[in-house]
Amino acid sequence: MDRLKDKVAVVTGGAVGIGLATARLFAEEGATVVVADLDKPEQEVDAPGLEYAELDVTDEDAWSRVVAEVVARHGRLDVLVNNAGVIDYAAIDAVTPEDWARVIGVDQTGVFLGMRAALGPMLAQGSGSIINLSSAWGVVGSEGVAAYQAAKGGVRGLTRNGAVTYACRGVRVNTVIPGWVTTPLTDAQPAEKNAEVIALTPLGYGAEPRDIAWGCVYLASDESRYVTGSELVIDGGLLAQ
Amino acid sequence: MDNLTGRVALVTGAAQGIGYAVATRLAEAGARVVATDVRDQSDLGEHIATRSHDVTSAARWAEVVGEAVAEHGRLDILVNNAGVSGYDQLHELPLAEWERIVAINQTGVLLGMQTALGPMRKQRSGAIVNISSICGATSVRGVAAYHSSKHAVLTMTKNAAVTYAREGIRANAVLPGWIRTPLTLGQTDDLNEAFLDATPMGAGGEPQDVAEAVCFLVSDRARFITGVDLPVDGGYLAR
Repeated sequence: MDRLKDKVAVVTGGAVGIGLATARLFAEEGATVVVADLDKPEQEVDAPGLEYAELDVTDEDAWSRVVAEVVARHGRLDVLVNNAGVIDYAAIDAVTPEDWARVIGVDQTGVFLGMRAALGPMLAQGSGSIINLSSAWGVVGSEGVAAYQAAKGGVRGLTRNGAVTYACRGVRVNTVIPGWVTTPLTDAQPAEKNAEVIALTPLGYGAEPRDIAWGCVYLASDESRYVTGSELVIDGGLLAQ
Repeated sequence: MDNLTGRVALVTGAAQGIGYAVATRLAEAGARVVATDVRDQSDLGEHIATRSHDVTSAARWAEVVGEAVAEHGRLDILVNNAGVSGYDQLHELPLAEWERIVAINQTGVLLGMQTALGPMRKQRSGAIVNISSICGATSVRGVAAYHSSKHAVLTMTKNAAVTYAREGIRANAVLPGWIRTPLTLGQTDDLNEAFLDATPMGAGGEPQDVAEAVCFLVSDRARFITGVDLPVDGGYLAR
């Protein structure tokens, strides 16, 4: 399998869930993958081609350092997956300024900082693919979850802006919109809430992280060279209703 | 490359352009492909079965799908690609022209899904991809009937996705932007320039680009993807 042969990728939030599945699949497809996260993956990352870099996505100096290290070591940066995210469930009237700032900082500003840092080498190369993770909750309303919904909606706009701005310079930017996926984030949610979302999903089950990772492989590969500014929805039909 | 081994696929409008690329790509991925068109399809490789097929004929749909199932025992993939364009503005569009375009682009997709759902529901599995257009999600001047029919394809796709999800059948739409095909090359230079000027990448796509998207959507790697619109448009719809 060599759909991503010779590509160098950074995956944020790569230690768990969708990020880890994406990093592993990228490596299986021949990419060199830097798993960027606050902590090393708990599970042993066995695939060849996987490396770890410590990264707080809200820290612009850390972004500069990680991207510079990747380029110094591998000579280029082809793919950035902005996957790191946190959630807060409070409604608008209840969300604290601290929680608001934390969620917007990681889920939205972190994506901006990642794009800005990666665009340096990508524009210099004249090529690159950036994949930003939004959410079905970045598209339709849900009770509570105010900061998360705002941030995930913001990511969609930022993606389109990046796509239109850099299309002529060889850099593609796309959004992936997962529905309900089995991850540490959803495992930590009340079982009732999870059952509710799965019941609303036309396919009638939740996704595995790998289902989202395959979408990222398509968008990272040259198979999608004419695809930019798109939103790839991987949600079992949730948003089609 | 081999992820469609054993699958049986039917692709309409396969004589040229996007349909030709899709039929060829699915065959490369291991599928047994039945390619259909009203045109001559002798350019397709000899390992792809070809059928003469007017997609507006329910009777012909029943024959084509019936033969595929009789020969291969199943139908896993349907790609409704056959389509025509028409450039008239609304106020000057003759009814007969409206009906011709809607019959092929829209009713043809309905008939295809209806017919394929027979074997797919029995199998409790199937993947349908309908080829819409950027004109299915936005508006340009004129092209009234094409617009309307391509919008309808998107909503029909979502309806099928939601209705048949629990039976293991997925339905998705691909929205090509300006792709280098006999259809677009037959358009006026002015129209083509207008599309390319409005395309952020500043260039058109190739039929192969659409074929890759279709190949992904019909594979098991997209098993959780249903009811979506996937543009392959160089950023056209992002603007």
